[in-house]
Amino acid sequence: MITIRKRLTDTGFGALAIAVFVFSAFPVYWMVSTSFLPNNRIRGENLAFFPTPDVFTLDNYRAAIFNARAPFAPAVANSIGVTFLTLVIALVVGFVAALALTRFQFKGRRTFIVLILVVQMIPGEAMIISLFRIIDGWQLLNTIIGLTLVYAAGVLPFTIWTLRGFVNGVPKELEEAAMIDGCSRAGAFWRVTFPLLAPGLVATGVFAFIQAWNEFITALVIMQRPEAMTLPLWLRTFLQATQATNWGAVMAASVLIAIPAVIFFLIVQGRMTGGLVSGAVKG
Amino acid sequence: MSLLADVPAPPTSPRQEIRQPSRKPVLPWLLLSAAMVILGVLTGFPLVRLVLMSFQEYERAQLMGQPASWVGLDNYATILTDVDGFWPVLARSFVLMVVLVAVTITLGMLVALLMMRVGKGLRLLMSIGLLLAWAMPSLAATTVWGWLFDTQYGVINNVLTAITGDRWFGYSWLLDPLSFFVIVACIVVWGAVPFVAFTLYAGLTQIPEEVIEAAQLDGANAFQRFRLIQLPYVRTILTVLVVLSMIWDLKLFTQVFVLQDIGGDRELTSTIGVYIYQTGMAQGHYGLASAIGVVFVIVMLAIAYPYVRRTLREEEL
Repeated sequence: MITIRKRLTDTGFGALAIAVFVFSAFPVYWMVSTSFLPNNRIRGENLAFFPTPDVFTLDNYRAAIFNARAPFAPAVANSIGVTFLTLVIALVVGFVAALALTRFQFKGRRTFIVLILVVQMIPGEAMIISLFRIIDGWQLLNTIIGLTLVYAAGVLPFTIWTLRGFVNGVPKELEEAAMIDGCSRAGAFWRVTFPLLAPGLVATGVFAFIQAWNEFITALVIMQRPEAMTLPLWLRTFLQATQATNWGAVMAASVLIAIPAVIFFLIVQGRMTGGLVSGAVKG
Repeated sequence: MSLLADVPAPPTSPRQEIRQPSRKPVLPWLLLSAAMVILGVLTGFPLVRLVLMSFQEYERAQLMGQPASWVGLDNYATILTDVDGFWPVLARSFVLMVVLVAVTITLGMLVALLMMRVGKGLRLLMSIGLLLAWAMPSLAATTVWGWLFDTQYGVINNVLTAITGDRWFGYSWLLDPLSFFVIVACIVVWGAVPFVAFTLYAGLTQIPEEVIEAAQLDGANAFQRFRLIQLPYVRTILTVLVVLSMIWDLKLFTQVFVLQDIGGDRELTSTIGVYIYQTGMAQGHYGLASAIGVVFVIVMLAIAYPYVRRTLREEEL
């Protein structure tokens, strides 16, 4: 009797687990599936749940990429430019700052760390008005430089905070040992600590990448001209059309935007939860 | 990296290092300078500017170059007495935030417990689905959910028609504010549960097995084990997750804004972030929008305060 009951509850939990999978994966599946379907199988009551070879089409991608009102190529170029610059600035500036905060004792260090933490809590949504005025005042509206500066400032606190954690994770004794063996302080850092930090730098860089790639509201305020659009703004233009929404093209556009973000995210996701858990459980 | 090379030669012997504190600590500040310039100019200055603008009459005319006049607390008085505009937005944002946090945390906990309970294969399957949902950019997630709930051809209306026998084609989910927020909740919860579930699962797995087994031998049932052992163990994680979720859900912008594009009623569905955009960028009341922004910043810092304090204590700073 007990084994039968156990088997029944196991089956029940198994079904629940599959339900969780279906609920989480279905929207993503539906996005990809719709993007490959022709309009007559997207619209209409006879829905196709799978892009079988006889209906499979790339028309939606063509419609998305060769959209006359919202050109794809400049949007990609802008997004890549802004994301790449943000990543480089955040990593270089964040890394040196993290070094200062971990390998040196000085007055004001604690204050700076507190500030870094507090700044992350200021909602960017509140700041758009003054940021718009300031960037406008510097004649940097609709420029990659203007948006990059805002993004760099946006991701920097997080970058410094995370890199600080990574540098702290490498014991100072390793460097000191290298120094006793005759390395200079910079040499010890460069030869011993830096290689150990590479995974941390990659993870932090990927997060900066994802944040800049996905950012919407600041771009909405600063990049108002069609030729200055980043990819999220480009995607939005498909929804504003006065005629009925072309969902096939919207899904194709969504896939194009989501792919880099999803891939990079999957590379580093393991590091997301770890930090919050270690040290939190014992408390 | 080139910055490192410019740094003056550091002391080489341990003895010199001991003397270091007496020297002026130039090097660390040099390393911090770039970060301080960027944050000062693009976070500090905009914050000051926001506060200043909130005390000014700042409309389209001022944008064109007319000097802005100081109006004291007028902007604040206007928004705080705006019972038809600001207060409903604030109330809406808070109610939405509370519901979103409650649903996200509850579902996240249930999913985490389920992951503890099922075998390796099913757990992997769950993780794959959750990771996909988590990785989706919020903008793409919004367009996808907008498509699922589309009035004419959405799969939800299609399936509902098949199940209930009534005709759901043409039913607009976005027009009614309540069902509009149901969709917002779907998007947000769908994207946020994975983080909560993975984090709680990681916490739950760190509970020593002997503790659970001992409770089982003492006759504690599953619910008692959860309430008396698992919950207290992950309480600190849970607190952090609640505060972070509160912050994220109160800042909600993209999902609401884009769903309004697709077909919602802007008047009845705006949250604080969207309202700031509308008041400032769309209608040109920059002074008023700044005042709302200042209120928003204060509210967020108040919510984040316990989290900041806890983190600092944990880091032993």
